[in-house]
Amino acid sequence: MGAFEPVIGLEVHIHLSTESKIFCGCSTRFGAPANTQVCPVCLGLPGSLPVLNRRAVTFAARLALATHSVIRPVSTFARKNYFYPDLPKGYQISQFEEPFCEKGYLDIKLKNGAKKRVRIHRIHLEEDAGKSMHAESYVSGDETLVDINRCGVPLLEIVSEPDLSSAEEAYAYLAQIRQIVRYLDICDGNMEEGSLRCDANISVRPVGSTALGIKTEVKNMNSFQNVQDAIDFEIRRQLRLTEQGQAVEQITLLWDAHRGVAEPMRSKEYSHDYRYFPEPDLPPIQISEAWIAEIAREMPEMADEKTRRYVEEYQLPLYDAQVLTEDREIAVYFEETIRTAKDKKLASNWIMGEVMRALKEKKGRLADLPVTPDRLGELLNLISQNVLNQTTAKKVFDRMLKTGIAAGQIMKEQGLEQISDQSELESLVQAVLAERPKEVAAFHQGNTKVFGFLVGEVMKASSGKANPKITQEALRRLLQARQPD
Amino acid sequence: MSVPLEEVDRIAGLAKLQFSADEKSKFAAQFNQIIQYIEKLAELDLTQVEPMSQVGVGINVFRDDCVQPSLTVEQVLANAPARKLDFFSVPKVIG
Ligand SMILES: [Zn+2]
Repeated sequence: MGAFEPVIGLEVHIHLSTESKIFCGCSTRFGAPANTQVCPVCLGLPGSLPVLNRRAVTFAARLALATHSVIRPVSTFARKNYFYPDLPKGYQISQFEEPFCEKGYLDIKLKNGAKKRVRIHRIHLEEDAGKSMHAESYVSGDETLVDINRCGVPLLEIVSEPDLSSAEEAYAYLAQIRQIVRYLDICDGNMEEGSLRCDANISVRPVGSTALGIKTEVKNMNSFQNVQDAIDFEIRRQLRLTEQGQAVEQITLLWDAHRGVAEPMRSKEYSHDYRYFPEPDLPPIQISEAWIAEIAREMPEMADEKTRRYVEEYQLPLYDAQVLTEDREIAVYFEETIRTAKDKKLASNWIMGEVMRALKEKKGRLADLPVTPDRLGELLNLISQNVLNQTTAKKVFDRMLKTGIAAGQIMKEQGLEQISDQSELESLVQAVLAERPKEVAAFHQGNTKVFGFLVGEVMKASSGKANPKITQEALRRLLQARQPD
Repeated sequence: MSVPLEEVDRIAGLAKLQFSADEKSKFAAQFNQIIQYIEKLAELDLTQVEPMSQVGVGINVFRDDCVQPSLTVEQVLANAPARKLDFFSVPKVIG
């Protein structure tokens, strides 16, 4: 039997970060007490009418532009009918025959540096459903508890073409979507909180064939790692079946991250007849060329554009520019830092090094870091001005992380100012030379290696505060003065 | 066109409803009446009529993205057949 290859398409849902829901004024805030962000529209009570949130449409248009999609001049809403307790109306308002936009693409970056174009079939607007609680300690064995808060939170569903051929590519595509929606400021991209969700359609086919095999759908992947693990698992399962000459069944599987397996959903849990029909309560969305042009003008600078600008305008190495623009928060932090910091490369080094390390250790968000960009800028300027050397600056930075106090103040409190005073350094050097006659003699006999050792001794004597450049000059001069005739 | 009993079963299943045999044959008859009524439309010449998804006249009816007060939890749960803490309680769905 010939070789088989996997074929993967992803359906990605993103929560739009509007203040209010898509069809009513209830708040979208995550983590509110149960059923406190609910109104008659959310509950589908008789007589209530949905009214579309303009910002949700603007956000959809931003994503359409960023994914090179074709925006329909007119798109309409439809009712997707199914019965589940977290959907009080008995239908989800979605878009079906006339989605918001179609025929887009993303160029994803693979680990080997290659690029791959992934086509986007369609992107449409819809509302989220509520949340069912099955396993929490306060749920008894015979019940399911329902919180309606999430009902009506605006979503965009992004449906790719089946252009992905490995778990790694799926991961890269999802990471790219996350980066884009964060740059567009339309979604926080948080998979753990469910604001970025992903289902995968997976099949296998003989290499070289263009026909699609029977596909399965994998759901419940709640982290980037889950997505990669679950897709890998399902590909291996299908390849094994196919190699044994068995047919792949068209089923839906749920990923169990704890056990590392994807289990078939019981057929009762899903029924695929949604009986879509046009939503009579919502008029069509009409998007004019002028509106698209206005949204295009307001598009933020994207990662690739920032990378290019950092190289051209700030003369940063390409590597630095790519690392700094990977995450929009970091890029913004960098740009704010260099409003204060004079040395842009120094700022880049510190953000890629100390700041990212601190974030990793704290597992926190950049916005919560006690060292604000202007505070970091002040610290970096103290290095540029030779007031602090790198070693003491790191000590000051650690203290800033703990206290949030400004660098200048910490420096004074701890007496960490770099010693750049000529006469003060000279007396330190003289003292070291007096204690080290053997090394001084060795230097004078031509052993230049001891020079570094003597610099180190001076630094030690100054508790690391000596200005290295002035120290070296003073040391050289004073050694020369002691040169025997 | 006529609606067979199995179609009533399927639709009841999708709606998670259960009916007796008597009810099912009654519904099948009613479904048939409704469909016959709608089928009258097929007698019209609609070649000159644009398909439409909506009877309303408007387009782009929007609201601004402003948070408005929601109901109180008590109001939200006032019509709940069963309640536990501040949640709707329904018969177990999975497991
Ligand atoms: Zn509401």
